[in-house]
Amino acid sequence: MKVDNFIVAKKNFKSRLIVGTGKYKTMFECAKAIKISGADIVTVAVRRVNIADKKKPLLMDYIDPKKITYLPNTAGCFNSAEALRTLRLAREIGGWKLVKLEVLGDKKNLFPDIIETLKSTEILSKEGFKVMVYCTDDPLMAKRLEDVGACAIMPLAAPIGSGLGIQNQTNIKIIRNQTKLPLIIDAGLGQASDAVIAMELGCDGVLVNTAIAKASKPFEMARAMKNAVIAGRCSYLSGRILKADYARPSSPLKGLI
Amino acid sequence: MKKVNKIKIKLNGKISIMPNNLTILGYIKKLKIPLNKVAIELNHEIIDKNKLDKIKIKKDDKIEIVHFIGGG
Repeated sequence: MKVDNFIVAKKNFKSRLIVGTGKYKTMFECAKAIKISGADIVTVAVRRVNIADKKKPLLMDYIDPKKITYLPNTAGCFNSAEALRTLRLAREIGGWKLVKLEVLGDKKNLFPDIIETLKSTEILSKEGFKVMVYCTDDPLMAKRLEDVGACAIMPLAAPIGSGLGIQNQTNIKIIRNQTKLPLIIDAGLGQASDAVIAMELGCDGVLVNTAIAKASKPFEMARAMKNAVIAGRCSYLSGRILKADYARPSSPLKGLI
Repeated sequence: MKKVNKIKIKLNGKISIMPNNLTILGYIKKLKIPLNKVAIELNHEIIDKNKLDKIKIKKDDKIEIVHFIGGG
């Protein structure tokens, strides 16, 4: 069988599951869930160091950036200037150029402000960043993001943290058919079957945070998501049967007694 | 007793009193912050970590020190 690589910005990754590191009860739980999930890319946020409490555990002490690719995000940024500032700081921490751009436009639904997102993608790409872009599932905007230099298109399945699963499969299929860039479902998945559907639609990967971190048993959900992504990808590559309106017997009629 | 001059700056959004004549590197070390895990901004400009020992902190400077935390 042909080797099925997951390549983002010319870098090869083993797992098609990207995991967020937010919302876990402890750093230990976060690190263990990531290990179980098999993810080799994790999203991270950039925030102020807690000067008053230096004993607070640091993410880097639990998740080794030499072993797992950190994908700095711009969560919490509501305009281009904030997002650019955040990612330039992220790059300064240790040379990170592969980033997740997320410019939010609405505090209630956390939908992306796609105009600010487009502007930021263009600037960041020109500065040498490899920009994976959180966006709406609008095929036209996905194309425009691609045209200004995005290295991966990451449409939402549903609002961040909602667990609703993919709300518009048709749009995801249209984006799949129009782009050769990695297509990654980002946000809104709730359970393993949602990840399977994403992969069966032809997505190259999925990004999951809340569905794992807030599951009653995060480690079990991490395992489920890992297997779901593998199963969904295999299913997509296997070429499913055509749907039929009537039954087709599975046992031969010839030789029936 | 030798009088130590103090200055007022803003560190991560909060007013902080610190000794005068410290470089940013000196201050980071004094705060015991691991330099390889942070990025530093001085008055909204990112400072190259190799130049931290050359920049002295002045009165009313605004310093931001950031790192990675869990996020989705």
